[in-house]
Order: sequence, then structure tokens, then C-alpha cells
Amino acid sequence: MIIGEGKPIQEILAMIADKKKILVVGCKGCVTVCSAGGQKEVEILSSTIRLAREKEDNPIEIREETLERQCDPEYLEQMRSYIDDYEAVVSLACGAGVQFTAEKYRRIPVYPGINTNFIGVTVEQGVWSERCQACGSCILHKTGGICPIARCSKSLLNGPCGGSSKGKCEIDPDVECGWQLIYDRLRELESLELFEEVVPIKDWSTGRDGGPRRIIREDLKS
Amino acid sequence: MKTLSKLEKILESGKFAVTSECGPPRGVNPDVIRKKAELLRDAVDAINVTDNQTSVVRMSSIASCIILKQMGLEPIMQMVTRDRNRIAIQSDILGAAAHGINNMLCLSGDHQRFGDHQKAKNVYDLDSVQLIQTVRHMRDEGKFLSGEPLDGVPGMFIGAAENPFADPFEIRVPRVSKKISAGVEFIQTQCVYNLEKFEQWMDGIRARGLHKKVYILAGVTPFKSVGMARYMKTKVPGMDVPDELIERLKSVAKEKQADEGIALCIETIERLKKIEGVSGIHIMAIEWEEKVREIAEKSGLLPRPKV
Repeated sequence: MIIGEGKPIQEILAMIADKKKILVVGCKGCVTVCSAGGQKEVEILSSTIRLAREKEDNPIEIREETLERQCDPEYLEQMRSYIDDYEAVVSLACGAGVQFTAEKYRRIPVYPGINTNFIGVTVEQGVWSERCQACGSCILHKTGGICPIARCSKSLLNGPCGGSSKGKCEIDPDVECGWQLIYDRLRELESLELFEEVVPIKDWSTGRDGGPRRIIREDLKS
Repeated sequence: MKTLSKLEKILESGKFAVTSECGPPRGVNPDVIRKKAELLRDAVDAINVTDNQTSVVRMSSIASCIILKQMGLEPIMQMVTRDRNRIAIQSDILGAAAHGINNMLCLSGDHQRFGDHQKAKNVYDLDSVQLIQTVRHMRDEGKFLSGEPLDGVPGMFIGAAENPFADPFEIRVPRVSKKISAGVEFIQTQCVYNLEKFEQWMDGIRARGLHKKVYILAGVTPFKSVGMARYMKTKVPGMDVPDELIERLKSVAKEKQADEGIALCIETIERLKKIEGVSGIHIMAIEWEEKVREIAEKSGLLPRPKV
């Protein structure tokens, strides 16, 4: 899923400093699962904003909503009936949700309430970790199911570099060396011969480097 | 002979090679690199010029190599893939070749986390193995990575680094084999302090016959003090400094530690010279270039062959 985390409250307060009536909108998708932008976070953020503004003797009216998803037009449509009553939206969705909301409602500004960090997994309660960089051309079958692009600090396709020490990456003793993980996994799978294959120069054009991406499925188009 | 490289000539003729390195200055003064390089004249066969090592911004490797070339010295241009995509890499290779630079060391480079610009975006369009492939492709196929033909070819003698002391140890020999498949012609190793482990690594190299496919230059770095040895042991990733070396430096008076460091380095070279498959020594005297000649002299590596 997409992992995000709440922005510092001061940053959000600065965005809405001149607003009197705002909408705080959460998303029941990924950001609910990673506790960054679900209904609970909408409530907490809204109360915090109200309190801060009351303290400044500058009260603000906030409506709290949490949509099923902010990355689908049908759910965004649900705000149509009331959005015009507000001066701004603070969206707690991922960057895609914030943008899609802004795209659908052009009259008022839409501000990000969270930072969108990565595509990752819940390692344990309260701990998330990156797994995928959405390069658009998966090679996990060659690397023991561990992605060197996301898990190696240098995204080396033929790692590890000389900075791998006791399973850790040179940049931080708390970061695992992605290539040590790949090596260990290939050994478990008795597929170490894959390690000796030179991984060819990658075509990055399937990733962000090829420009903004889109997928069109003719079979599904209406 | 595939290139006009003096280093290749020496290695091809079966002579034991000696290389060293110069770090470019953090400024615009070419005299800094001239002074360092002059200290190495006739003490070594070729001089590596580092490329923004430890991700600290310095004068570019390519410009510094040109300065060395103008002095009649033999530079080895280090190139990291951290800061350039394949467009810039190929362009710099052409530029270097046009200036008569005949040696290149292909590296991934230290992560920017170590340097003075930690907020930088890194590139890593290619990794070090793919950089080897790129130069080899340009030189031997006369083509760009795109497949388009080149006008003339860059006559680079192609090197790479390997760290026998990094983990996992089991892949450190296969990784050399991988670099050979990519087209590497010489390897300079990380500084050797743990000779036992290095010998174990060389056993693995010989067991696969890799020493017959690539020239291996063993790296050494003299300690200036016990403080430096401790720093290398604890702070430099992938460095293996055995405790007995630290004890040995500690056992002499502070003002004698530098001499002891030099003596230790010479002893290491003496042992490395005897290892089958070691084709040369790479002396990395960090900001201590004035000691390289003495180390080479006392290790019986002088005079250098005229080729």
C-alpha cells in the first residue's frame, strides 16, 4: 500500500492561516491502514486545528469527512453537494488523492495534510517499510523476490557494493543491505547462479523517467 | 594491447605495477593537484584521481586528470555512477579520451549520505558493473549504448574496485567474476590490513582462475597514527583492521606512530608481493602523498620500469 505520515501541525496551520471555514477529508484506503489519513486522523487533526485557532482567538469552522477513496471519481463526487460552502480542503489522502480532489474541484484550494512517503508494507504495529519504487518493469523473479531498486540505497542492479557490512547498509546501521537479503534468499532457494548473471542496463523509461505514466485497458474502457 | 595505456603495457609485459592516488582540491587552484602529483612522479606507474570521494564536492576527476596529463603523468580517471546518467557518462568518457586519458576506474561511489550535500538526489542510472560494460561497449564495439556508431573510440584500459572485506564474503569472488564478464581488465582492492582474509579471498580468485583473466592490484593505506587506525576500523564502512595492528601502533610512542605505520605498510606490501595472482600494489596514502616514494622504495618497487 501507499504509506504516508501526518505533516507537522505548524505547516498545516500556516496553509490555512487566512481561512475561516474548511473541509478536512480523509481516505479509507491505504492511509487509513497506515494510520495517517483515516477517519481517526481526520478527527484528531480537526480538533488540533480548532484548539490552536481558538487559542489565537481566531476560530475556524471545520467539517470532517472521510471518503471511501480519493483516487476514484465516484467517491469524490460525494463532496459535490457541500464543498462550495468551504474556503479550502485539507486532504489526508496520499498525493494522488490530494491531486484528484483538486482536479475535480477547481474553485477552492486543496492542501496536503500528510506527506506521501512510499509503497510499502506493515512490518509490525507502527512500523512500515518501503518495498517498491514502481519502476514499471518488475525483476523480482531474478532477485529472490527482493527489489534491489527499492531496497539498495544505490538501487544497484549488480550489488552489493563495498559498503555492505554485517548485513547492514553503509548509510545507516539500521538499514538492511538489500543485496545481503537477496543473496540470503537466493541461497535458501538454491538459486545462487542467478547472482552471477550480469543484470543488463535497465530501461528506466517505464518508470517516472519516461514522463508521467498512464495505463489504458481497452478491454475495460467504457 | 587494446589501448595506449602505460599501465596496461606494464601489466601486459608481466611487470609488477604500482599505482597511487590523488584527491583533487576543494577549490579552483590547479597547483594543489600539481603539487601532489609531482610527489608521485617516477614513484608509481599511474595515478588514480578520485571522483568526489565520500560525496564531498571537489574539482572534477576529469579536469584533474587533464592537469596530470599535461604534466606528462599517467592518470586513472575514477568515475562514479552516483552523479551522472548514461548520457553524461558517455559524454565524459569521450571528453577524457580526447584529452588522452587512457585509464578508467568504474565505481558506484559512496552514497551522498557521507558527504557535504546530503540533500542531493542521486542518479544510479547505471551501476559499476554496467559502467564497465558501457566503456567496453564504446571501446570494442565503437558504439554508444543506443547502438549508434561513434566517431573514433575511447581507448580506455578498464578497471574496477573490489572490497574483499565487505559482506557477504562468499560473494566477493563471484562479484569479481561478474565484473570480468562485464569486461573489466584490472581490479584495485580496498586497503588490505587483514592479510589472512585477503589470502583467503585470493585463494578463491585462483581456484576459479580469475587471476588469469584480470590484473589484481592490492590496495594499501599507511596509518599515520593509532587514532587513524581506530577511525578506519570503526567509522569506515567495509574496512577490516585487525586489533593486533592497533595494539602494535599503540605500543610505540606517539611521535613514532607514523614511522610504525609506514613500516607496517611496507611489511604488508612484502607479503602481498608474494601472493600468486597479485599483479601490483595500489598505494593510497590519504593526504600523505609525500610518503609514497619512500614506501615504494623501501618495498623494493623502485625504480619503475620505463615503457
